[in-house]
Amino acid sequence: MSKRIAIDDTILVAGMPATAGSKMLENFTPLFTAEAVERLTANGYAVAEKTAVGEFGLDLVGESTTGKLLGDAAEKVAAGTVDAALAVDLNGSPRRAAALSDVTFVKPTYGTVSRYGVISCAASGEQIGVYAKTADSCAEVLAKIAGHDAKDGTSLRNDSYDYDTALDVQGTKVAIAKDLYDRADAETKAKIDKFAEALRAKGVTVEEVAFDFADIANTAWQILMCAETCNNLSRYDGVKFGYRTPNYSNIDELYVNTRTEAFNFLTKSVIIYGSEALSKGRYTECYDKSLRIRRVIVERMKAIFASYDAILAPACKSTSYQAYDCKEAFMKVFAESVFTAPASITGMPAVVSGGVQLMGNYFDESMLLSLAKVTEGV
Amino acid sequence: MKYEVTIGLETHVELQTESKIFCSCGGHSSPKEPNDCVCPACSGMPGMLPVMNKGVVELAVTAGLMLNCEINRYSTFDKKNYYYPDLPCAYQITQLFHPICTNGLVDVETSSGTSKIRIKQIHMEEDAGKLVHDEWADTTLVDFNRTSVPLIEIVTQPDFHSAEEVVAYLEKIKAMFRFGNISECEEGAMRCDVNISVRPEGATELGVRAEIKNMSSLTSIERAIKFETARHIDALERQTEVLVQETRRWDDVKGRTFPMRNKETEADYRYFPDPNLMPIVVDDEWLDEIKSKMPVSAEVKAEEYRALGISEKDIETITGERKLCDLLEAVVALGCSATDVVAWIITDCAGILRKNGQLLSDLNITPEKLASIIKMVGSGKITRGAGKKILIAVIENDVDPEAYCKENGMDAQTDTNLIASVVDKAIAENAKAVADYKSGKEKAFMSIFGACMRELRGNGDPAVIRALLEEKLKG
Repeated sequence: MSKRIAIDDTILVAGMPATAGSKMLENFTPLFTAEAVERLTANGYAVAEKTAVGEFGLDLVGESTTGKLLGDAAEKVAAGTVDAALAVDLNGSPRRAAALSDVTFVKPTYGTVSRYGVISCAASGEQIGVYAKTADSCAEVLAKIAGHDAKDGTSLRNDSYDYDTALDVQGTKVAIAKDLYDRADAETKAKIDKFAEALRAKGVTVEEVAFDFADIANTAWQILMCAETCNNLSRYDGVKFGYRTPNYSNIDELYVNTRTEAFNFLTKSVIIYGSEALSKGRYTECYDKSLRIRRVIVERMKAIFASYDAILAPACKSTSYQAYDCKEAFMKVFAESVFTAPASITGMPAVVSGGVQLMGNYFDESMLLSLAKVTEGV
Repeated sequence: MKYEVTIGLETHVELQTESKIFCSCGGHSSPKEPNDCVCPACSGMPGMLPVMNKGVVELAVTAGLMLNCEINRYSTFDKKNYYYPDLPCAYQITQLFHPICTNGLVDVETSSGTSKIRIKQIHMEEDAGKLVHDEWADTTLVDFNRTSVPLIEIVTQPDFHSAEEVVAYLEKIKAMFRFGNISECEEGAMRCDVNISVRPEGATELGVRAEIKNMSSLTSIERAIKFETARHIDALERQTEVLVQETRRWDDVKGRTFPMRNKETEADYRYFPDPNLMPIVVDDEWLDEIKSKMPVSAEVKAEEYRALGISEKDIETITGERKLCDLLEAVVALGCSATDVVAWIITDCAGILRKNGQLLSDLNITPEKLASIIKMVGSGKITRGAGKKILIAVIENDVDPEAYCKENGMDAQTDTNLIASVVDKAIAENAKAVADYKSGKEKAFMSIFGACMRELRGNGDPAVIRALLEEKLKG
């Protein structure tokens, strides 16, 4: 029997509606299938279902203002309804969902998995990742979807990738990102401590390191993410496909009312913030500066990886989320993304397992998955 | 007081590529019906990513080399944001921060001598679609065929000082690009924005600048520049209006420019680097390859043709079309004489096309077929008249010349006995013409000759007929 896979609703499967969680695309059925999905169905996987996302994948996990606070795909993988799930890691949402539901999620190095067929928001950082119950299952699916695709200009040239989850971890070194650890609540800290203990039991050295660039990395990433998202969502204008307002008498009203009626408060906030960051008066101090900061963050992360094999950090502040008012959404996501932004802005790989996050240098997925594997069931 | 006009140009040229700039839809000449040539990528559907068409880079670099530009080895694409229904993504992919070519120079010849026009930059970008206003149904329709067709935009420094210079420059680059297979530059494929200001001669500061947007005919451009120059001088001299820096549009019917609404001009385009497209790196190897494929210029070709003994007038016709040069050279390479080939192209091919309401630029014949006809005539296998008949069949129905000749029994008739009997018969049947000829009317000869040729269905060897006829009429 073929393995059952869930596909999140920002990834296209021909003939299956792809709403991206938005009223804007409530009637949108794509004409083609994402490259990652094609590679799975060609390798014995069957698309079991599409899973819900917060609008365009921008929210904390799912639609956090309506009470779905775990993340559809992560819940289904945890419940065993599907064997694995693909999700777009745009701003950390799947990593948070995996931590809350205690399943494994791998966000590979940027450019590893084709973004052809992803309802794109932030092209420079978004990447398809894999949810599964174990590191082994994640590696198995990831190996099938990874590899060069000419249809994506940012796709790396490697034809295929081998992921080894059984690297010898004895003698490796893992750094706990102190500044991120300090922000977590007691329960989350306990999870990190437990994970660190499990690693030490396998002969891994685990020690704290300063991670003082977390806030600047997050601010820069939110600027880049919002700007790119603002740009990519501008195509939803009511002219060609998707929602069109019935309330218009000229082209400006068509644009304004369509977008006002179909985007939620968080999406609108992201668009406004992103538009501001790209505006003439702000471009140099916001967008351009964030691009420069991205390079600095890469250097700072690489400096840590010169001495450590991985960084251990929370994926989110606490072990559950409370529903909140939509007007708070933007700042909630902003605050929470401090944990996920370093891997997002650098395009470095990250693995969530046992409710915690491991970040690695480019192409170090095998080490992250191996470290995750030795802690499984402990 | 004397005034000096200062003009800078931004010229958009549609490139002649097989496919669009970021997807595999056909290029600018493919579509016939509205929205025939559209895919999920160029209609802005989510999930599609732009993939760079290398051919566009090569044509842009070739254009840059022709205009003596520096080729930037590292260039990038940026996104320009604005909402308009003909722009499906609500952004245009263009080059702002790092264009492909910079700092070029073109010599422009006018009646007042040679002017040097500096090229600021050439950048690549995608075209937008077209809006079709249906006044009958009171709606506006969108046609995305032109969306993502590749363009280059050539930006000059403000180095023009007359409409004549502008027109000469545009004609020059048009000829260059047509000849270099960069663009056919047909109506609408070359569009200009004209930046113009006027100042008293000798003034150090430039005058107030107006930008006239989106003109495609040389006549309109010339008229618009003349109108604007006069408007500015009137304003300076007689205070007819206060000049402001603004964008204007040319109305061809009313023969004047009008200011565009501010709303259309004061946009903040929020440019930023496109994260979906990797920087274009033109290394030495690629640049050499592009240079090696660069067409020889029309001037160099003319020099070569002169050496082959082709007349000036014919050289002008042939070098006016790149494909005529290619055809001529290919047929010569197959062993025909250049002057022969030119005669066949300019006299025969052009004549046949003209009868069908076409121009030489519409000529579509393979070098092999033209060479085959010329060789059959040259060797005496067929008469020139028969050759022309075959040429008509080739141009109109693309037949195979040799097979067509055989099927229709068009070989030249050289059998002296047969021709002698035909001549005898013609002399017997045309008693009046024979009498006329013998009484000294030279012209009558041709009517008997024609009768012989008709009898031989046009395939008789003219020299043999003439010789026999003259001999028999004397006898």
